[in-house]
Amino acid sequence: MTDHRDRVFLARDLTKIYPMGEIEVQALRGVDLALFAGEFVVLLGPSGSGKSTLLNILGGLDSPSSGAMQYGGRDLGVYDDAELTRYRREHVGFVFQFYNLIPSLTARENVALVTEIARNPLPPEEALTLVGLADRLDHFPAQLSGGEQQRVAIARAVAKRPEVLLCDEPTGALDVQTGVRVLAVIDRVNRELGTTTVVITHNAAIAAMADRVIHLSNGLIARIDHNAQRQAPEAIVW
Amino acid sequence: MKALDRKLWRELWQMKGQAVAIMLVIVCGVAIHVMFGATLDALGQTRARYYQEYRFADVFAALKRAPESLRERIAALPGVAEVETRVVAAVHLDVAGFAEPITGRLVSIPDNREPRLNRLYLRQGRLPAADRNDEVVVSEAFAQAHRLEPGAKLRVVINGRRQALTLVGTALSPEYIHQLRPGSMFPDYQRYGVLWMGRRALGIAYGMEGAFNDVIVGLTDARAAPDVIDELDRLLTPYGGLGAHDREDQASHRFLSEEFRNITLSATLFPVLFLGVAIFLLNVVMNRLIGMQREQIGTLKAFGYGNGAIALHYLKLVLVVVLVGVAVGVFAGAGLGRRLAELYTMFFRFPFLDYRLTFQLVFGAMLLNLGGAMAGTAFALRAAFALRPAEAMRPEQPARYRATVIERLGLQRLLSQPNRMILRHIERRPLKSLLSVLGIALACGVTMAGRFQEATITHMVEVHYKLSQREDLAVTFTEPTSWRAIGSLDSLPGVERVEVYRAAPVRLRFRHHSRRTTLKGVPPGGDLQRLLDADLRLLDLPSEGVLLTDYLGELLGVQAGDRLTVEVLEGSRPVREVPVVGLVKEYLGVAAYMDLAGLNRLLREGPAISGAYLAVDDRERSELYRRLGDIPRIAGTAIREQEIRNFHRTMEQTMLFFTFIATVFAVVIAFGIIYNSARIALTERSRELASLRVLGFTRAEISYILLGELGLLTLVAIPLGFIVGRGICTLFVDGARSELYRIPLIIHPSTYAFAATVVLASALLSGWLVRRKLDRLDLIAVLKTRD
Ligand SMILES: Nc1ncnc2c1ncn2[C@@H]1O[C@H](COP(=O)(O)OP(=O)(O)OP(=O)(O)O)[C@@H](O)[C@H]1O
Ligand SMILES: [Mg+2]
Repeated sequence: MTDHRDRVFLARDLTKIYPMGEIEVQALRGVDLALFAGEFVVLLGPSGSGKSTLLNILGGLDSPSSGAMQYGGRDLGVYDDAELTRYRREHVGFVFQFYNLIPSLTARENVALVTEIARNPLPPEEALTLVGLADRLDHFPAQLSGGEQQRVAIARAVAKRPEVLLCDEPTGALDVQTGVRVLAVIDRVNRELGTTTVVITHNAAIAAMADRVIHLSNGLIARIDHNAQRQAPEAIVW
Repeated sequence: MKALDRKLWRELWQMKGQAVAIMLVIVCGVAIHVMFGATLDALGQTRARYYQEYRFADVFAALKRAPESLRERIAALPGVAEVETRVVAAVHLDVAGFAEPITGRLVSIPDNREPRLNRLYLRQGRLPAADRNDEVVVSEAFAQAHRLEPGAKLRVVINGRRQALTLVGTALSPEYIHQLRPGSMFPDYQRYGVLWMGRRALGIAYGMEGAFNDVIVGLTDARAAPDVIDELDRLLTPYGGLGAHDREDQASHRFLSEEFRNITLSATLFPVLFLGVAIFLLNVVMNRLIGMQREQIGTLKAFGYGNGAIALHYLKLVLVVVLVGVAVGVFAGAGLGRRLAELYTMFFRFPFLDYRLTFQLVFGAMLLNLGGAMAGTAFALRAAFALRPAEAMRPEQPARYRATVIERLGLQRLLSQPNRMILRHIERRPLKSLLSVLGIALACGVTMAGRFQEATITHMVEVHYKLSQREDLAVTFTEPTSWRAIGSLDSLPGVERVEVYRAAPVRLRFRHHSRRTTLKGVPPGGDLQRLLDADLRLLDLPSEGVLLTDYLGELLGVQAGDRLTVEVLEGSRPVREVPVVGLVKEYLGVAAYMDLAGLNRLLREGPAISGAYLAVDDRERSELYRRLGDIPRIAGTAIREQEIRNFHRTMEQTMLFFTFIATVFAVVIAFGIIYNSARIALTERSRELASLRVLGFTRAEISYILLGELGLLTLVAIPLGFIVGRGICTLFVDGARSELYRIPLIIHPSTYAFAATVVLASALLSGWLVRRKLDRLDLIAVLKTRD
């Protein structure tokens, strides 16, 4: 194992149970996992296998039903609301599966919303140029296509230059060309800033970009693959 | 500008219609609050300052005649600080060009010095010169009613003698802030005036040289009043004292106090109501608006915005809406309040008006509204903050609908699919539906409260002047007079019928209650003055015992069968025990009634009368008026038609002004509430409705689903609103009961109809506005973005 590197996240026996009236949904059933600084990880798995749930717990958006999640040696479970907020503000960049743009703000303002409270951000325009939206700065979400909305969400996440970048299906709605471009942005942020990056995808081809590929199945880690060689996003065929 | 602030302004702009509706509701609540608060403050302040600066007396006594030397003995009484003896005369007045009888009250003022008590505020001209016998100052109201200027000539009948007087000035007095002819309910400045003359001149004219028939006393300490009154009665009884009393029984002061009490009631009830409704609405609307932002709140939190920053964001939104609303409301309320206060000064003749907005009033209004809005905001934010960001951001799970009661009863055949959707939606969110119903019901109730008084006033006039007081003309004598006077009245031109009465000032005591009032003796079988029972049926006057106005009975705590102590406050001042035989329904004033002969016996006097009611032939009125003016014993004449007009005018100018405002505001509030309900429903459900459209539902169908719900809630709310409205009216009617008048709780069907119409019209208009938005629903945009 690559234990010589800094461990950023350490998950121990994570479970997540959603009570649904009489029945309970077990989204995670005991996940042990370590993520390392600067690492590019891809989460693969069928729908409903618990990928988003795991990512949310990593990002401090949700808490596990049992088990512990450590970030930088500290247990996120003991953080109070203010500390979790600071954690997200200072360390984490998100790209959500459903984009979650603020409808009343333009693309530029949606990015500014995040950069305004970040310590060393990219200018919103630059972040949007990076995802190829330089000419859509003043469009409202309703005036953007699904893929464009997704790219705004990515610009918003990378603009703050986070230490951890968590992306939930960042290319789900994109064509090959744009997808490659977006992945290139994520890849660059990962390489240049040493951002620990976790990307959820259904697309096994993207897994070739990663240092490690974690396969989730039914709330458990089924297997972890190591790529000896990370492929450049441009070389991916899908 | 920060992105978060941009979001604020954009969203405010998007919901501008709604924001304006909310602001309007706040404006109404605040305006009513400020209007009444400022008016009440102004009137109270003004009266207090006036009384103090113009030395309003504490104790008052009228008597037949006493030598001036008695003054010293009164001044020596313990607790007495100042004494002013006066001559007061009831007179007839002639003003050129005015045919109807005018009654006046001539009051003496010291010749060479300022009065020590009840000082005059000279508005125009000067005081009468000490060496002139023919100069007079008149009350400003009277002068204005007849357009009299200094230099005008008046003819006065004093003690049966005609005298020409010259008006040298107009004035106001704290004693006559409210100028009412004795026995009248409502002011009439044309037919009643107060005049002031020098003491010497009036003494000569009235045959009171070196004597007085009225005394006013200033006290060292208000608590001394009861003792001073007792001592004064003892001193004055040999001189025909008519009973000393304190301010509480002074006509003007008493009337003012009653009116202030009434304004206080309105100033409490209506602001509480309107402000209450506004705050309720703010609370609900903010709660739901923020409830809809749940996912956005989750997103903001996910990006590291803390609860504080997010709370501040929404607080700003609330602040903008509330502060604009409060500011406009204060502005409008201050203007309306000034108008209302000025209206009151038509009845309350003050030399000045201390009108100003107090900080407490404005600040209170702001705090109440902010509090209401912030409570709603906090409530919603707490719910949003309690969720983890991951949960908050997730689209709400498809709601768990259930089959409705109707469906569970197996009646679904009766319901079409859209109807089923409406019912399920209402059932799924019972609290929300309940709050909507409650809001609309409140709007309906408030509308009724603003409106119901008009019909009530008509009813009061009907009962008082058509069923009870049916004379054409009422005359009062300067002092109790023998029965023979009837003969002379009978023979006057145009007089068709005469009914006499005897009225004596009395104090009624029952257990620890006591009231000063008039005991009226009337002959049995009268047709011009009739007594009615609770069901407005004619009441027979018993030969023994007294009947009391129902409200007086309540004040004294007596019922038919109880024995009452009657202390007569004139003549030999007998004290008697008299049984109460029953209660009389009266809306205006209070009195005790007994058989005329019985009262004469009780007073230990021969057959004497204080006045008479006349039925007259209209064609001979003017001749009759002229002849009445020549009869010295007649102190005053009241024309019933005129009384009715005075009543209407008084009511219209005060109550109906307010009623109008309350109605307008109620309508605005009703619309504000209903429009907001509709808009919130639209926003909350636009995704669902857009999806239905995509699935092939027509515009009409989705409109029906949304507006059908609003319609159903409105229909449920209206009957509830009637109950709420009736409750509010009851509160008002109960609180407004006073010795001056009691408003009966009569809610005319038109009031219900009006309230229902306002609510339905608001619903239709809101529905139409929402329908227009529905028609322009951008399906793609709604489905593409999620908020
Ligand atoms: N709030 C919730 N309440 C109940 N069950 C939930 C909730 N959120 C997720 N689940 C359930 O937990 C399981 C895992 O959900 P999760 O969103 O992590 O799946 P996923 O792997 O991201 O799937 P997908 O690829 O479709 O996005 C699913 O079965 C889902 O139904
Ligand atoms: Mg997912």
